[in-house]
Amino acid sequence: MPNKDNNTKFGPDRAPASSVVASVEVAKNEKELGAMIAVNIDGNEIKVPFGTTILDAAKKLNIRIPTLCHHEDLHVAGVCRVCVVEVEGQRTLQAACAYPITSPMTIKTYSPKVRKARRHNLDLMLKHHVGECYSCFRNNNCELQSLSKEYGVDFYRFGHDSEPHHEIDRSSYSVVRDMNKCIQCRRCVRTCIDLQEVGVLEAVNRGPDLDIATFADMPLGEVVCINCGQCINRCPTGALRANDPSDEIWAAIDDPKKHVVIQTAPSPRAAIGECFGLPAGTSVTRELNTAMRRCGFDKVFDTNFTADLTIMEEATELLIRLKKALVDKEQVAFPQFTSCSPGWVKFLEHFYPEYTDCLSSCKSPQQMFGSIIKTWYAEKAGIDPKDIVTVALMPCSAKKFECNRPEMQDSGYKDVDYGLTSRELAQMIQEVGLDLPNLPPSDFDDPIGEATGAGLIFGATGGVMEAALRTAVEIVTGIKTEKVFENLDIIPVRGFEGVKYMEIKVPAAGPVPPILSKALGGLKDFSFLNGATLKVAVAHGTANAKKVMEDIKAGGKFSECHFIEFMACPGGCLGGGGQPIPTSPEIRAARTKAIYAEEKTLYARKSHENPTVDLIYKEFLKDGPCGHKSHKLLHTHYIKRGNKIV
Amino acid sequence: MSKADKKLVIFSDIDVEKALKNALQKTRPDIIGEVRDSGLKGRGGAGFPTAVKWNLAAAAQGERKFVICNADEGEPGTFKDRVLLTDYAEQLVAGMVLAAYAVGAKDGIIYLRAEYTYLKKDLEATIEKMRGKKMLGKKILGKEGFDFDVHIHMGSGAYICGEETALIESLEGHRGEPRNRPPFPVTVGYLGCPSSVNNVETFITALHIVEKGAKWFKTFGTEKSTGTKLFSISGDCEKPGVYELPMGITIKKLLETVGGEDAKAVQVGGASGTCVPRKDFERVIAYEDVATGGSIIVFGPHRDMLEVAINFMEFFCEESCGQCTPCRLGTETLLEGLDMLDEGRCSLKYLRELCALGETMQLSSKCGLGQSAPNAFLSIIENFKSEIFDTRCSCR
Repeated sequence: MPNKDNNTKFGPDRAPASSVVASVEVAKNEKELGAMIAVNIDGNEIKVPFGTTILDAAKKLNIRIPTLCHHEDLHVAGVCRVCVVEVEGQRTLQAACAYPITSPMTIKTYSPKVRKARRHNLDLMLKHHVGECYSCFRNNNCELQSLSKEYGVDFYRFGHDSEPHHEIDRSSYSVVRDMNKCIQCRRCVRTCIDLQEVGVLEAVNRGPDLDIATFADMPLGEVVCINCGQCINRCPTGALRANDPSDEIWAAIDDPKKHVVIQTAPSPRAAIGECFGLPAGTSVTRELNTAMRRCGFDKVFDTNFTADLTIMEEATELLIRLKKALVDKEQVAFPQFTSCSPGWVKFLEHFYPEYTDCLSSCKSPQQMFGSIIKTWYAEKAGIDPKDIVTVALMPCSAKKFECNRPEMQDSGYKDVDYGLTSRELAQMIQEVGLDLPNLPPSDFDDPIGEATGAGLIFGATGGVMEAALRTAVEIVTGIKTEKVFENLDIIPVRGFEGVKYMEIKVPAAGPVPPILSKALGGLKDFSFLNGATLKVAVAHGTANAKKVMEDIKAGGKFSECHFIEFMACPGGCLGGGGQPIPTSPEIRAARTKAIYAEEKTLYARKSHENPTVDLIYKEFLKDGPCGHKSHKLLHTHYIKRGNKIV
Repeated sequence: MSKADKKLVIFSDIDVEKALKNALQKTRPDIIGEVRDSGLKGRGGAGFPTAVKWNLAAAAQGERKFVICNADEGEPGTFKDRVLLTDYAEQLVAGMVLAAYAVGAKDGIIYLRAEYTYLKKDLEATIEKMRGKKMLGKKILGKEGFDFDVHIHMGSGAYICGEETALIESLEGHRGEPRNRPPFPVTVGYLGCPSSVNNVETFITALHIVEKGAKWFKTFGTEKSTGTKLFSISGDCEKPGVYELPMGITIKKLLETVGGEDAKAVQVGGASGTCVPRKDFERVIAYEDVATGGSIIVFGPHRDMLEVAINFMEFFCEESCGQCTPCRLGTETLLEGLDMLDEGRCSLKYLRELCALGETMQLSSKCGLGQSAPNAFLSIIENFKSEIFDTRCSCR
């Protein structure tokens, strides 16, 4: 059973918990809990642990039972009735995804009754599924389409709507909802309320009038949606998609007056190959560079550079906060929260507006890059920033919202013009006719293509924390980080555990490096931190973020933390709402592995050792991290949204 | 509306306080054993053996257990629980006390149909009165360690909340939609605790059984359907109302009792039940033949059976929770088919397809609503196909 209490604890402005809850038979006693039950599926015998679902038991026998509303990341719903099977002795068919095996049974997965029921239920879903496959972005990647093929659907048995019955909701910068294609499997509802604990989508009305809707059916852009796009990744059809800017980007590329620059985040390179038939976890960084150039982008830059810059700024900000609290005895907001994930930022602005002071004022790497491109780069390259179009290749749908935040114009222009998802770039590459996996590899462009491994691991949960620690530990202690953490790997912050916690005792105090002396008010060394215990935490997925925030509110262990990394999406950016579909724990684990493997091959793995970072502070941001100019270009402020739309 | 002429079981006299006192002298297994021996099956319509349910709830592990009275009487054509809630509320609450004692529950909830809000005040007064008489509260009737109390929770007008897991979802403040089963409420019910959900009539019948004995109860009814049952009789008959009749009565006999001998069909079990045509009036009302939660609707010779089918199907389209595919869209598709029949543009081939769809709904819907939604459609099409086609379809 999912913990429903989590939802009831919330204030009245939250959507109610999904009413469709998981059902796992509770064993009557411990003996039963460990018991192995014999089942016979289509004539094959197997013993499974008490409570295993029929679906999982069949998987162990390599028997495929089709599913639709089922998703590995979500609670069981049992509503589409596609996975029904015949259980001997039962009057009705049972949903394999929801039926726990608690006593020996004989199951048929493809009897005539079963096949007819599945076909009928598909026929029914197709009745109101309006939208032709060839004009759908999910063409060839649609679960309804492949099931229809599997079950030989060659006509609409119970009719088919000829006209759309819903207006397409394009109000959100990030997510487009075309409810004409919705088949009411409620994966998005469960994603939003159970996985992310945001709850902007719910089933409304009854019977054939049932719809998936927002509160009072308001446009998605006007509710407390955090734009994480996790619903897109789990929609079996094309009902949910990201707001695709590729037409505008093509127009810019085709305009000879425009200088189109693309920056690429760390996660897409570890996932985009999936759109070209490569197995999950195949990194295509350098092939992708070639592909983007061939698409017509004038410059290909690595967002990891501004990830390194973010570390410099954010670590400095943390040290400033610590100094203010411990040396100057001022009131400072703690813990400091990361601000790279725009989904998380909006989540906090809506649900914990009283904590906006804790958010690092640093912009995300995407937005830092935007302002750097239209200032420093423009100056260096001698291009009028008004002619520069910046595109950000992101694993994320919330980045589209972020680049449209009105405050993100510090360069004097819109800092980032378009956020482009991995899926959308894959489409553009296909349109050019490129075979991505077999392209010749090439490097990022100078001068700001240089990045470290620390920037690269931003793509995985715990990565920002690890990168920050690699730099902060070295600065504060004056000892090389690799002497503190073997091979520079900070294992406790890695991995998929929902919330990770770590304490680091500061073993020594180093001198304040010249680059920071201005920011730290002329402090000579870090003796004020000597012997102190630095407490950090990492949370991924907003449901886990909520756990940490509730703990902080209650004055628990996390309220004593100094620095916490939050990512809106499960697994961090590599599980972002703009990544290739499908997603699953295995796929995310494979992408993570690819990122950490690639990181090992890079020559620099600490942000402060990035020579371009050095250069930019010498040449451009002359008063150092958190200095005047960096404040203007690289930092931002937040809005206490609450449940209102600002 | 006439009440029973004869007082058989439910309407028979009983001294509630004495009955409860006697029951509390017995052991919990004895009470469940007596109910088991009586063969009592759930009176809401599904006919699940009451003793089995209580026994499962009693055996289930849980710090808290609940006894829930399903007073969400919503099946079209049934109104017998209203009579019980109005005039026999004390017996109902006593029946819940008995069940609570048997399963080991401390809390009881009456989930009262929204349309019965007007009964709430009187019910609360009855509950208060029983607290005064120590039939509710701490140490009930002096029984050491037995505490139990009851409160009323109002429904909001959804038919589906009569389904026990949807009822529990509604109690918990969620959208009223059925859960996957298993687990059943007897192990994982309200707030995740073992819960026994029983119909109003079941509680009262159980009280009589424990007081007067299983043997006495079994003198009524058939071997598989013991005892008597309340029937809500409406439609084209001279004496509609609530009747207590023995199980196993033929439809013909029933019609004679209520003055509906000229009926052309009888809908047994409400919208989710079966339509029995005149030629089958020798069939008996019992779990082994035509089962019912009590709703009997009589259709006179002048009734248009297609209209009847449309009416029932409209009801299900309105009341399907919309959760699972076969019910959400199957009800709609069958209704569209009936409209096509009405307009004379449904081919026999498509009608066969619709009947097959009806079977799919019966087999693959998530809960009892979807599984029984096509019953009326299927039985009316089966028995009145020629009437429907003769009057509507010119294009046969």
